[in-house]
Amino acid sequence: MTITAFLTDSTLCIGCKACEVACKEWNGIKADGFQWTGKSYDNTLALGHSTWRHVKFVEGEIDAGRGGNAPGELSWEFSSDVCKHCENAGCLEACPTGAIVRTEFGGVYIQPDVCNGCAYCVVACPFGVVERNEADGRAFKCTFCYDRQKDGLKPACATACPTESIKFGNLDDLRQEGRERVEKLKAKGLADVEIYDPVDSSVGGIHAFFIVRGDPKAYNLPPKPEIPTVYLRKGWTSAAVAAGMMLGGALLAFLGGGRGR
Amino acid sequence: MSEIYVPDAGGHLREARLHELRREAERNGRVDGHGIRAAGAPLPPNARVDARASAENGYYGVPLLKAPQWKWEIPFYFFTGGFAGAASIMASFAKLTRADHELVRDARLLAAIGGSISPALLIADLGMPSRFLNMLRVFKFQSPMSMGSWTLVAFSSSTAGLSFLDLTRRRFDLYRSGPGLRVLENAAEFLSVISGAVLATYTGVLIGATAVPVWNENVGILPIHFAASGMGTAASLLELRGHQAPALNGLGIASAAVETVVGASIELRQKPVLNPLKKGKSGWLTRIGGMLAGPLPLALRVWSLFAGGRRKSNLRKVAAVSAVAGSVVTRFAWVQAGKASADDPRIPLQLPPAPASTEQIASASEISPA
Repeated sequence: MTITAFLTDSTLCIGCKACEVACKEWNGIKADGFQWTGKSYDNTLALGHSTWRHVKFVEGEIDAGRGGNAPGELSWEFSSDVCKHCENAGCLEACPTGAIVRTEFGGVYIQPDVCNGCAYCVVACPFGVVERNEADGRAFKCTFCYDRQKDGLKPACATACPTESIKFGNLDDLRQEGRERVEKLKAKGLADVEIYDPVDSSVGGIHAFFIVRGDPKAYNLPPKPEIPTVYLRKGWTSAAVAAGMMLGGALLAFLGGGRGR
Repeated sequence: MSEIYVPDAGGHLREARLHELRREAERNGRVDGHGIRAAGAPLPPNARVDARASAENGYYGVPLLKAPQWKWEIPFYFFTGGFAGAASIMASFAKLTRADHELVRDARLLAAIGGSISPALLIADLGMPSRFLNMLRVFKFQSPMSMGSWTLVAFSSSTAGLSFLDLTRRRFDLYRSGPGLRVLENAAEFLSVISGAVLATYTGVLIGATAVPVWNENVGILPIHFAASGMGTAASLLELRGHQAPALNGLGIASAAVETVVGASIELRQKPVLNPLKKGKSGWLTRIGGMLAGPLPLALRVWSLFAGGRRKSNLRKVAAVSAVAGSVVTRFAWVQAGKASADDPRIPLQLPPAPASTEQIASASEISPA
């Protein structure tokens, strides 16, 4: 079975949010409401239990022609965020019920019939993707349209995207395509384009990478995401020391207690 | 056509605007001017620097991580699991050194009480409490939550069994019923000590091995911190029950000393990642909890060593109340600090702390013309 991936190219995104709508339609997620957040045209600010695709609006200085905008208007970029489906996934490792699994397509999937809503995956995700739906009780995130992939279909967001900003395909092919696309854009004069794919971190690479203009930090993409299991060794060592201190302390206290005051 | 329509003004207004646009399109074949404009979009050119999406500010300063969604049950469980685990160790060692029989019985009871409240608290916090048994579907070394669930199963059952034995022993004179029960009791006791030691410490690993910066930064001290807190509470609760064994005061001194060192190490380390432990609501909770669990009971207990009679036991009782209160506050403080830490995107984005305080920027933007 082929390992699949998303390549989300913000240089092609027009900020229409069709991916958000298609995702909600297909997966039957409730609407987030019509409120604006006051941060550009962003409705939800982040991914969450009811937002599995999220279009970010990064406004910059006035820069004629940048991103195709009219002269005199602020320049802006759009980028459709999604669960990164990490190579080493913090949520999957943390899940105590085995509800979170790796699918045959390489995606990270929460089985809704197993999750009991302990919310530990929420604090284990270095990208802030997973969230517990307090009304429902369980944790939710992008399923990578596991059901559609099973039937040989593209995920809903990639199908709906009108500009092919969201590409879906084989992981290795898309990674290659992403690198080539960046080179091509740079050759065209877009010097500040880069691909976000933190392969050098303990996350070990992601299955949903992004081509962005400017610093990925402006899109809340962390420069060095860490899978929380890297802290386990230090933590359990400390726990062993602490347990030894308790046992030793109690033994000493009660042995010495006989002569007590 | 330069009117700005604010969507919050009501649905009819939006609909009216849409009809207007349709009529204009029919009439002219094109539409000039704006559609609906969102409040705050695009950002005004004089928007504060810290209100923008940029390499220096992240995405409008919006949190990158998700804050822990645990309610009060989880920090309170850290407290109950902590003293219960410590009490089981104390019960066993008190028995081993042939200490007061009543002390052994009460320590076992304390462990059993903590061991039965703890799972109830954990289950109450689940989004789907009816599925709590799913915790026992898998055994995952790499998940502290999974390890903790299994530990709790072992602890709750062994401590409940031991206390049940204590409560029925006198009535049925069980020691005369043969060596089988004694073997069973020793096995349960061994299990309660091992699982108790894990229970009182693993919660530090549980929150330390997460993406929350202030927690994983302290993963090396959290288990020791929580173990000391649990030990101090168990000794204090037994003292408040009326026990005056010097061993309890000794353990109280040791745990208050460890808590003092932990508090000092937090205060002395100057790192932006530790700010939630020093500033705001979580900072206050941390400091109050730290004082109540560390220096205050330490001083009172050391003083009690040189006092006599009634004053000695009164000093220890005040120290005990302080240590128990400190332990509760400390656990809530750490969860609160985790929330504050997850809300600050500057640490995961590796950005330096905001150059000026928010108040200063706010007043500066008030001066500049809009």
